[in-house]
Amino acid sequence: MTSAFLAILRRDLALAVRAGGGGELALVFFLTVVVLIPFALGPDLNLLSRIGPAILWLGALLATLIGLDRLFQADEEDGSLDLIRSAPLPLELAVFAKALAHWLTTGLPLTLAAPLLGLLVALPGEGVLPLTASLALGTPALSFIGAAAAGLTASLRRGGLILPILVAPLCVPVLIFGVSASDAARGPMPLQSPLLILAALSLMAAVVGCIAAAAALRQPD
Amino acid sequence: MTQIRFQTFALTAEGLACRRGGRAIFDGVGFRLANGEVIALTGRNGAGKSSLIAMLSGRLRPEAGSIRLEGLDDMPLAEAAHLVGHRDGLKTALTAAENLRFAQELLGAPGLSPSEALAAVGLPHAGALPVGYLSAGQRRRVALARLLVSSRPIWLLDEPMAALDTGSQAMLSQLMQGHLAAGGAILAATHGPLGLDGARDLRIGP
Repeated sequence: MTSAFLAILRRDLALAVRAGGGGELALVFFLTVVVLIPFALGPDLNLLSRIGPAILWLGALLATLIGLDRLFQADEEDGSLDLIRSAPLPLELAVFAKALAHWLTTGLPLTLAAPLLGLLVALPGEGVLPLTASLALGTPALSFIGAAAAGLTASLRRGGLILPILVAPLCVPVLIFGVSASDAARGPMPLQSPLLILAALSLMAAVVGCIAAAAALRQPD
Repeated sequence: MTQIRFQTFALTAEGLACRRGGRAIFDGVGFRLANGEVIALTGRNGAGKSSLIAMLSGRLRPEAGSIRLEGLDDMPLAEAAHLVGHRDGLKTALTAAENLRFAQELLGAPGLSPSEALAAVGLPHAGALPVGYLSAGQRRRVALARLLVSSRPIWLLDEPMAALDTGSQAMLSQLMQGHLAAGGAILAATHGPLGLDGARDLRIGP
């Protein structure tokens, strides 16, 4: 069972690196959004600094959504989902492996890039650590919530259209607490509680998202 | 070839009916498949051959009827059967050997190593090539090599001979014979002969 779990994880990581799919695409999109927004806002540095964490979090959220519809759809189309379904591994764990691989190739690179991109939105030095911590704790929730929606839309040809609509409302709490943790550095707000809530949201999404996606994928025609 | 002897089992289907898009495709299909037996599933295009295989692999809910697998320690049919369908289940960005190693680790049961399996389907040098570079017939052979890397008692094959040249068809017949000799069973949807003695015909549709 462990070997089947690791096999899925390894394969998806290899595919993300080799096929030029999800990972870089999300990172490039993130970079583009964060680079362009300061130009659109104009030369008000205070404003930029104030909404900087929100820009970074929105960029990370939208970048995660890109390519999420392909999470199960690609496997459904080429038949490898049938292979995964016939494995002695519970489908919930197979989904967990795939969502984990998605986070490792999307959420983690975004988190690591955020401190650098923080310079572009005039993020103050003391705000870098809270922002990075909030992304590290919050982006797994995005991958797992997304996995549930990707499971639902796996067999839809234009699933990419409906997926953001399904995912966006569920991502609102993550966005709120992510930005409030990043803002904590600027004001008297506590840092610890939003980070703990983000961790709780990620853990909850990891359980509920995997069960929901597996239930959707298991459903026979 | 593998020398593994499979446990005694019997796969029984009774009164299977299929409806797709509100239209009845077939009705009252039944069969019994036990160790060493092979069923050639025939019927015109659209008769429901692939649908029947999808039902057996658990992807399609039968409108009526039942599917039962006895023996094999109550293993679910999905885990006892190998499915090679129209979709090859291969990742074009990965090499043939990587695809097979993935299948082996995923499916669990022991079998030939990926390079041995590729040699058995006549592609001994394709291991390091990305599957995207292979032709349709070669991809099919890599997908068929999956039957060998992890040993499972029942093979569900959907038009296994499609896209194969005559030499590869003979090779596949030989692989199937080896599987039957080891106590396995095969259900194959086909339009042509499988090249196997004692294949029972199951014709569905009008």
